Amino acid sequence: MIKVSSASLSFEHDGQFQNVLDDISFEIEAQDSCAIIGPSGCGKTSLLFLLAGILQPDSGTLAIAGNPRCGTILQNFGLFPWKTVAENIGLGLTLKNIDKDRIRRVVDQLIEEMELAGFGNHFPGQLSGGMQQRVALARALAVEPEILFMDEPLSSLDALTRERLQNLILDIIQKRKITTVLVTHSIEEAAFLGRKIIILSRSPAQILKVVDNPSAVSSEYRLSEQFFQQCIRLRELLKGEVNGQEA
Amino acid sequence: MGRKRDIFWAALILLALWQVCALLLDSMALPQPWLVMVDLATKLTNGSLIDDLAVSSLRALAGIGLALAAAVPLGLLVGTEEQIGKRVSPFIYLLYPIPHVVLLPLIIILFGIGNFSKIFLIALIVFFQILVTTRDGARAIHRNYFHSMKTLGATKLQIYRHLVLPATLPKILTAMRISVGTSVAILFFVESFATTTGLGYIIMDSWGRADYVSLYTGISSMALLGFMLYMLLDRIEQHVCRWMSGR
Ligand SMILES: Nc1ncnc2c1ncn2[C@@H]1O[C@H](COP(=O)(O)OP(=O)(O)OP(=O)(O)O)[C@@H](O)[C@H]1O
Ligand SMILES: [Mg+2]
Repeated sequence: MIKVSSASLSFEHDGQFQNVLDDISFEIEAQDSCAIIGPSGCGKTSLLFLLAGILQPDSGTLAIAGNPRCGTILQNFGLFPWKTVAENIGLGLTLKNIDKDRIRRVVDQLIEEMELAGFGNHFPGQLSGGMQQRVALARALAVEPEILFMDEPLSSLDALTRERLQNLILDIIQKRKITTVLVTHSIEEAAFLGRKIIILSRSPAQILKVVDNPSAVSSEYRLSEQFFQQCIRLRELLKGEVNGQEA
Repeated sequence: MGRKRDIFWAALILLALWQVCALLLDSMALPQPWLVMVDLATKLTNGSLIDDLAVSSLRALAGIGLALAAAVPLGLLVGTEEQIGKRVSPFIYLLYPIPHVVLLPLIIILFGIGNFSKIFLIALIVFFQILVTTRDGARAIHRNYFHSMKTLGATKLQIYRHLVLPATLPKILTAMRISVGTSVAILFFVESFATTTGLGYIIMDSWGRADYVSLYTGISSMALLGFMLYMLLDRIEQHVCRWMSGR
């Protein structure tokens, strides 16, 4: 279980403090899937950094029960351009000094599963955006995480690739029984993949609403009337924030 | 290979220009290139120049190697660790612009007039070029790469090995290319005293004897030496920066 209690965070710009997260509290049950959505620049990435342990909150606490293994996919910059696809995928294991044969087995299997066969010796710069995202996904999964953090893993992809990868993530959540936290700015994505949807206000981010979405994480849900109603509801909730930002 | 042909043509054009200048000037101080080339070929084949070429190469390589061994680790550290960088950078800025050749008397007092003083002076001058470029390279690494490393559980040493060093390597190689030019120039200076070997000595000695053909043979050998070092660097770059190709 992940429990965030009144976490706040600010950044310093030339001696000025900018509040980015303002008194955020929520819980995510083990093996649940949570989507975090909010207007652009509101602090979604910062919140994910807190959860993934990259940043510490200025005040408040973060507690993750049982010290689980975590996999993280960062926005845009996840892969190391000087490492091949196979080296990137295996990096988490390499850093743990796991023996090479075992790493190769895990990597080969993930390359197969992520449909990257034949690209193991390519460099990330030689791949399409969709393939790079699958490499990032494979790298996060290589450590057999119990929690998977994803920061807009599918933005900057075309609609078809995006849908395909959404289904891939759906598969992963269903098959591996892991806790997932997905940051996104896409309402449909949040409704499709988040059983719990946390809506953030514009900066400094506060929790606007936590929406329960129990039917999510199933491929039938996407075509149901219920799904469209949920999307409309989320859109209404977010609209105030985006309009307010433009004013 | 197209590259070899390009080099051949460049050499031919330079020789042609030299020929034209020699004919126009019609002076002892600029002998015709074919005279020099014949002299060079003779001395290379009968072995009388090989020793000097070898001695000079070793001095240059040892100097660059020594500088590299000190400047790269320090540059990576100063560029990565913000606190250390803040404290060390002022020293670099104060010491870099000094014309280090003026330290020669001091170096001779410390290390004598043998080979080591010559190597040390080359190393000292090249050290700063590599240090500053390496530091700037390390400093330019986007912080998201560090975050990525952190999520994979990397230790400090692993961050240097898998992120900082490979990301900075292209910059280090550029610095080494600049160093080759610098070190050959300093070679001439340090071989003009207290030695009877090396290309610098050949040049000074021929000058003293007004043997201009030998003088230009010495100069051509230095060009050859620099050229060989550049080729070596290109080889290394092709090997270690494979990921950069096709960018
Ligand atoms: N390392 C940093 N130093 C200073 N300010 C930062 C830093 N990281 C983020 N910020 C600021 O914090 C605010 C929130 O940024 P964050 O990246 O968390 O938003 P986001 O919701 O993820 O944005 P996007 O939708 O563009 O991904 C922004 O105003 C940003 O300028
Ligand atoms: Mg973001």
